[in-house]
Amino acid sequence: MAYSDKVLDHYNNPRNVGSLDKSSPSVGTGMVGAPECGDVMKLQIQVNDASGIIEEAKFKTFGCGSAIASSSLATEWLKGKTVDEALQIKNTDIVNELALPPVKIHCSVLAEDAIKAAISDYRKKQTARTPAAVEQTVA
Amino acid sequence: MKPPIYLDNHATTRMDPRVLDAMLPYFTVHFGNAASRNHAFGCEAEQAVDKGRKQVADLIGANPREIIFTSGATESDNLAIKGVAEMYAEKGNHIITAATEHKAVLDTCKKLEKHGYRVTYLPVKGDGLIDLDMLSESITDKTILVSIMYANNEIGVIQPVAEIGKMCRERGVLFHTDGVQAIGKVPVDVNRDNIDIMSITGHKLYGPKGVGALYVRRKNPRVQITAQMDGGGHERGMRSGTLNVPGIVGLGEACAIAQREMPEEMKRMAYLRDRLRSKLEAGLDEVYINGSMEHRLPQNLNMSFLYVEGESLLMGINDVAVSSGSACTSATLEPSYVLKALGLGDDLAHSSIRFGIGRFNTEEEIDYVASKLVDVVTKLRELSPLYEMAKEGIDLSKVEWVHD
Repeated sequence: MAYSDKVLDHYNNPRNVGSLDKSSPSVGTGMVGAPECGDVMKLQIQVNDASGIIEEAKFKTFGCGSAIASSSLATEWLKGKTVDEALQIKNTDIVNELALPPVKIHCSVLAEDAIKAAISDYRKKQTARTPAAVEQTVA
Repeated sequence: MKPPIYLDNHATTRMDPRVLDAMLPYFTVHFGNAASRNHAFGCEAEQAVDKGRKQVADLIGANPREIIFTSGATESDNLAIKGVAEMYAEKGNHIITAATEHKAVLDTCKKLEKHGYRVTYLPVKGDGLIDLDMLSESITDKTILVSIMYANNEIGVIQPVAEIGKMCRERGVLFHTDGVQAIGKVPVDVNRDNIDIMSITGHKLYGPKGVGALYVRRKNPRVQITAQMDGGGHERGMRSGTLNVPGIVGLGEACAIAQREMPEEMKRMAYLRDRLRSKLEAGLDEVYINGSMEHRLPQNLNMSFLYVEGESLLMGINDVAVSSGSACTSATLEPSYVLKALGLGDDLAHSSIRFGIGRFNTEEEIDYVASKLVDVVTKLRELSPLYEMAKEGIDLSKVEWVHD
């Protein structure tokens, strides 16, 4: 299979590999995929509670080169964005940036799912911690 | 040593230069049609074909008159199975094969099922071997053919061919074996192994592509097959078409070289394979060998590198030519059906690499590949959430994965 230069770059020099403390209330963890499908992505964000900005993003991925590149790129894009901005990242943005072929589109879908799962986990933790915050969000 | 390094010799082999030398005159100088016996050009071609036929026969302990030349193993498998099915249709309509066969056998059987034949696909045990008791129980009075490969193209596992053949002989059933991975690699003898029909190809034993043969037993029992192509009645009426003289010369020469050099070559292949295996096992934890090591071609190693996905592994060793059982490397997006037939979970199948060592590989190349793989697997495991979870003591089989 021919890989785009960007996929090769992320595969050879993956950005933001690692893990954050998943028990921290400021950290959201998303884990999507399954080993039998050949793809598992773990994506974590650390959010500044005051500003709502994602200060740190880390990933680990079991999967093909395109899956590794999609999640590596996602962590790059997440850093510096607010949680709401992060939710705007679409799998098609990843497909375009990495020039993924049709058979690899599921890798970008998985990365989008991982972002959403991480944000959802973070929000759940925040809700549990400060019930007042929920009212504000709802209002 | 100069990368890329070729370790995919189950897919095809580099042609031996001695084979090419033998073939060249038959393109331009001795170009006659082997069927044109009335002039010198044809006679030269016929003599070359006769020599090739004897070289092929000698390698497998057959009589030259039992060798039918074809275009390769896919044609040979089709001719054997469809030819027997058609010829013996009055005797029965049942065929037995195995789940780990090559597609040329499986898809031929599937085609026959559409035409009223019944096919039993035997499962294999965890080591890749078929269960002889199960084979025995599957044979009925309607069974006309058993088709079980000699050695598997993915895991190199060698089936108990002589026992299968003996059972078939006793029960009055014909026995076909796809011999392409075994012939020229390990000793194959149609009489010792009780083989009735066997598929052969040139390009797996350092010969040319586009030429193969079918061994068809002439006595005890005399096997008849119905031709699948109509035409000039070449090859005793079983396979029409002008003979590929240079190809046949090449196939014959490749067989002769294999026969001469096999004892020494088998030792060298096993040495290189075992060296690769021990270096990988020394450098990495959680690696598993797929298929029996005891009943195996000396050229083959098939390993799963747990927690690492096969395609990403191939990307990291892009100057080494191997193949993977990972779904991502196949057209169907399904992991290897051979490994799944062994009972491997999809996770192990996705993590597998097939190494096919060949005549032209060196110790230096093996060492390079081993060290490169250790580096890449180590790097990818640092990236792998599964490896991290396993190291934390999490049982991955009990995790509820989020997926569609």
